[in-house]
Amino acid sequence: MALDSIFQALADPTRRAVLQRLGRGPATVGELAEPFQMALPSFMKHVGILERTGLIRSRKSGRIRTCTLEHKNLAAAERWFADQRAIWASRYQNLDSLLETLTGEEHDR
Amino acid sequence: MTADLRFDFIADKEKHSITVKREFAAGRQLVWDCHTKRELLDRWFAPKPLTTKTKHMEFKEGGYWHYAMITPEGESFWNRLDYQAIRPIDGYIALDGFCDESGVVNPDMPRSRWSVAFSDAQERTLVTTVVQYNSAEDVQKVIDMGLKDGMASTLERLDELLLTIGATAEPV
Repeated sequence: MALDSIFQALADPTRRAVLQRLGRGPATVGELAEPFQMALPSFMKHVGILERTGLIRSRKSGRIRTCTLEHKNLAAAERWFADQRAIWASRYQNLDSLLETLTGEEHDR
Repeated sequence: MTADLRFDFIADKEKHSITVKREFAAGRQLVWDCHTKRELLDRWFAPKPLTTKTKHMEFKEGGYWHYAMITPEGESFWNRLDYQAIRPIDGYIALDGFCDESGVVNPDMPRSRWSVAFSDAQERTLVTTVVQYNSAEDVQKVIDMGLKDGMASTLERLDELLLTIGATAEPV
């Protein structure tokens, strides 16, 4: 699985929301699509992209397709890069809060 | 709100480097201070749920920052950033490395070179950080070590965060 394709998969807000939802446990395509104002075929494209990157897998039983997050498929290297991204994102969110506090203090003077 | 602050993360496996670009809603001097003063660094540098504790800081060429990132359970991961070149308030270059509590750098572990640049972006400040490793083998070593020591399990808890990244700080 290419790192680029993972980042591309993560670059889209709909796909991030799907992954976030699946982080809480498996869900059907119907459940996943519910929060989005999107035609089902468009939504299925997002599911397809996530499935091709290996970030999720899905299984069809009758007419219902259930998706599961595929954590283990993140190989060590991809995982490491993804962790680095998470570290920077988190520390910079901390910095946003600090800057907000410091700017607020300046205004108070 | 910070919803529209730019955040780019580019991993270049061929050049074994990572480039992080991020906008901040503050002036360059303040953003610079937050990167270079120990009492401010302690307030943001470690990713949640870890906290930062500075043991030594001398922000000058040839000086270094020696700090720990501490887990909620109290486990410390020591790092050291050696400053090689400083141009206030445009940027600095530093050598990152793993070390122990006394500041002795682990000679078996590769070090990466951080080039951090600060520029004005209208009312905001853009910070560009390039983390450069010497070789793909060096990156692999760091990855392998991460799997062995406790940092990996700590980072696993960041998975959830990974999935929420960008929700607040990324262009759509």
